[in-house]
Amino acid sequence: MSSETTEPDSEQQSAEGASKLEQVVIRIAGDSGDGMQLAGDQFTAEAAAFGNDLATQPNYPAEIRAPQGTLHGVSSFQIQIAEYDILTAGDRPDVLVAMNPAALKANIDDLPRGGTLIVNTDDFTKRNLAKVGYDSNPLESDALDEYQVHAIPMATLTIGAVESVGIGKKDAERSKNMFALGVLSWMYGRPISAIEQFLEQKFAKKPDIAKANMLALKAGWNYGETTESFATTYEVAPAKLPAGTYRQITGNTALAYGLVAAGRAAGMDVFLGTYPITPASDILHELSKLKQFGVVTFQAEDEIAGIGAAIGASYGGALGVTSTSGPGIALKSEAIGLAVITELPLIVVDVQRGGPSTGLPTKTEQADLLQAMFGRNGESPVAIVAPQSPADCFDAALEAARIAVTYRTPVMLLSDGAIANGSEPWSIPDVDSLPAIDPRFAAAPHDAEQAGTHLPYARDPETLARDWAVPGTAGLEHRIGGLEKANGTGDISYTHDNHELMTRVRGARIAGIEVPDLVVDDPGGAADILVLGWGSSYGPIGEAVRRVRRSGHTIARAHLRHLNPMPANLGEILARYRRVVVPEMNLGQLSMLLKARFDADIQPVTKVSGMAFRADELHEVLLAEFAGTLATTEFAKTPAAVAAVVTR
Amino acid sequence: MTSVISNDIDSGTRVGIDLGLSALADVPRADEPQKAKDFTSSQEVRWCPGCGDYVILATVRSMLPQLGLKRENIVFVSGIGCSSRFPYYLETYGVHSIHGRAPTIATGLAVTRPDLSVWVVTGDGDSLSIGGNHLIHALRRNVNMRILMFNNRIYGLTKGQYSPTSEVGKVTKSTPMGSIDAPFNTMSLAIGAEATFVGRALDSDRAGLTEVLLAAAQHRGSAFVEILQDCPIFNDGSFDALRKDGADSRLIHVRHGKAIVFGSDGELCVIRKGFGLAVAHTRDVDPADIVIHDAHTDDPEYAYALSRLSDQGLNYTVTGIVRQVARPTYDDAAREQVVRAKETTAGDLQQVLHGNNTWTIS
Repeated sequence: MSSETTEPDSEQQSAEGASKLEQVVIRIAGDSGDGMQLAGDQFTAEAAAFGNDLATQPNYPAEIRAPQGTLHGVSSFQIQIAEYDILTAGDRPDVLVAMNPAALKANIDDLPRGGTLIVNTDDFTKRNLAKVGYDSNPLESDALDEYQVHAIPMATLTIGAVESVGIGKKDAERSKNMFALGVLSWMYGRPISAIEQFLEQKFAKKPDIAKANMLALKAGWNYGETTESFATTYEVAPAKLPAGTYRQITGNTALAYGLVAAGRAAGMDVFLGTYPITPASDILHELSKLKQFGVVTFQAEDEIAGIGAAIGASYGGALGVTSTSGPGIALKSEAIGLAVITELPLIVVDVQRGGPSTGLPTKTEQADLLQAMFGRNGESPVAIVAPQSPADCFDAALEAARIAVTYRTPVMLLSDGAIANGSEPWSIPDVDSLPAIDPRFAAAPHDAEQAGTHLPYARDPETLARDWAVPGTAGLEHRIGGLEKANGTGDISYTHDNHELMTRVRGARIAGIEVPDLVVDDPGGAADILVLGWGSSYGPIGEAVRRVRRSGHTIARAHLRHLNPMPANLGEILARYRRVVVPEMNLGQLSMLLKARFDADIQPVTKVSGMAFRADELHEVLLAEFAGTLATTEFAKTPAAVAAVVTR
Repeated sequence: MTSVISNDIDSGTRVGIDLGLSALADVPRADEPQKAKDFTSSQEVRWCPGCGDYVILATVRSMLPQLGLKRENIVFVSGIGCSSRFPYYLETYGVHSIHGRAPTIATGLAVTRPDLSVWVVTGDGDSLSIGGNHLIHALRRNVNMRILMFNNRIYGLTKGQYSPTSEVGKVTKSTPMGSIDAPFNTMSLAIGAEATFVGRALDSDRAGLTEVLLAAAQHRGSAFVEILQDCPIFNDGSFDALRKDGADSRLIHVRHGKAIVFGSDGELCVIRKGFGLAVAHTRDVDPADIVIHDAHTDDPEYAYALSRLSDQGLNYTVTGIVRQVARPTYDDAAREQVVRAKETTAGDLQQVLHGNNTWTIS
């Protein structure tokens, strides 16, 4: 996913008669109970096994089973597969599968003219149509004339196909997601044997259901092959990614694996104290399956207990981790402050979602950056690391652990809903070659002259990390806590000079964390505009930059992984460019930080719709920057919103 | 999706836990005999003159040597409040944490470090108001920790507001017309939260407190110990009824296996009445009807009934070890799952990273 290659855009005919595509974006949409995510996952697994580069993005409602057939209840899964390295799950689908009128209505606007639309006609009943405000059936009018429509009675065909199994009609119909998957698999020439294996395993205890699903899958495949409704099949060749062994992985899984690898690299047991919250819970689920590596997962009574237990575990010498989303961070703030003043290692994972308050639990946003930076009482600095893609969550977790343990500090790991649930191929690293993390536990009193007196706040001159003695270490008994610590001894101290000193040192310790220099992608070095992003917008920014360059413009890009401290060369880089365009899924939080620190012409690009940036949208943004209209467009967004609500 | 792994989990057999184990089974023993001064830190004690915390500190300092543990394997964790300064004054490891959260920190520590004797020091405001949630969940999980709750029925550190154990009608800075909050019956709360060890003592009762603390130290699971403590500044004499003339006929001290008889001449006793227990004049009842205290009975109803004899007016207050039963602890079970996972699942991280579906690009 990392190398920058350019790709041709044409469609060619292959020798076998299948049309060759460089890439395709498929979106399947249905009711949240229709098994859309499962069908999407299986198509993804096929594509991955085939060697395509891919990226996926699920989109599902916060309600587990929203009322059937309603717009609220629409769940969709988008995948982009390609024969070259891609950066996103794609902007708009080339193929849309709509299992009911609600899915059609919610998604059809994204399908470009001429796109392929596959519809389950059985659910287009008068009642279902009325539920989403269709006066007439769009399949029977000219409303969909500009698309290639394949109207298939999937439910009926599925029920017919699985009749021999002898299960009830309702159960039989449930397999229609597999029918749809069968049709797609045929269209893109994918073997279905792996899916059959998966179904056998998943429904091992319900052989009837397994059989029904397999029959439905085959029926879908056969439908594609035998009916004449599909003119062509398509072929997306394997991608030429860098050499390595790959698997498909989601951000939350990669993050969980990264934590386990970090524990191994540090020789510390991983302890996760957490409370379930969307979209972070999968980190708990994954880690709870990895106890063979000494991982303990503690599902606490609340967010505060989760972080409290993680701090307790860290105090005892484990790698303490807590995972949550924005609302949970709000609850954990006081405890993060305790880890700041006690200078204990702690990883705080924030899988960001739309806010404020409960906000948009299943939608993405990057609006917790300032909360991570400043959301505590007092001067309370923490390190912040943000992964840029699903697979990158592994490396980001390792990096967070390195910083936390080396510098004895809480580290915020700012993931978000888009990368947490999105997936992409991951070049699997060799665990033995991951760099070791050395906790350097204190074993003897720091100061030889004060033999017998441990100084818990004696510091390493390089890192400013304090001497960290864990309970059980003889002779180093000491007390730490939330009251201001006296320099060196860690005793309670209310003196003015000491507080001034300790506050500045806490800040200097974080500011002095060694982070890699920022790398700029500026081919030719002639650009005068820099696009600077952070976190999950890496993919769409990269894709947009490719397109801008293809259209002849010169532009530089860089992506921040370390938000606190920022790379030491950032100021020097910003100074090289006339304008710096900063896209983020918030109202300009990184822009604010940059403006406060650097004398650069920063142009924020803001989006808070709960959806990740699309590459075509950022492409437009960058073209607007070249045309000199971006500042005006961006500035107009909020007045337009205000105008829209002020109706009196 | 929910499936029950085994319904004999309560017996402890499924999770491989020896219910007869002491809390101190895995804690290294000291090489030399210890004295109270070995547990005295260099910090100047800063409670108000006359504070009940002084005598509790002295009792704890003299109790710890009796455990014979390595000093470095003892950790005191506290929250916020006057009592929560306690860890600073002990020469052990200690964490003075944030308001109400000490049980959470102790949980993470106890789960990851079975070689430690973990103690929580908290107050009535810290543990029953802001930290109420953590208290009940720690007790429910039965995490291996001792929770010493210093109850002075007032907020001292914030200078005198009523607390969740203050009597109805109490006039404080925040209740000039008298408190309208019904207080907790602390023991009832703990027992209702499935506590496996519940004890109570007066701060000034050195022998009684030591007895409860020693038992709590060895209790594998959450041990809830309430210490009735005077705040001479904001709630002076709050427990005078239990200290002065007539205290004998108010304090119901229980001892396992002994008939519950009290009063200066044993003139009062506890008998069964209705669904619960009641106080009666010994002379009026058949000796066979006097309740023999059984701290080890699993059924919490008895302990609960006993807890109900105490009331906010201090007409009667039960002290001693009210309940002491064995139940698998959360931390033992958590560690046992790790052991079992290591035994049954390949510990090859590389293999986990690979998963089931990989492809290779050369």
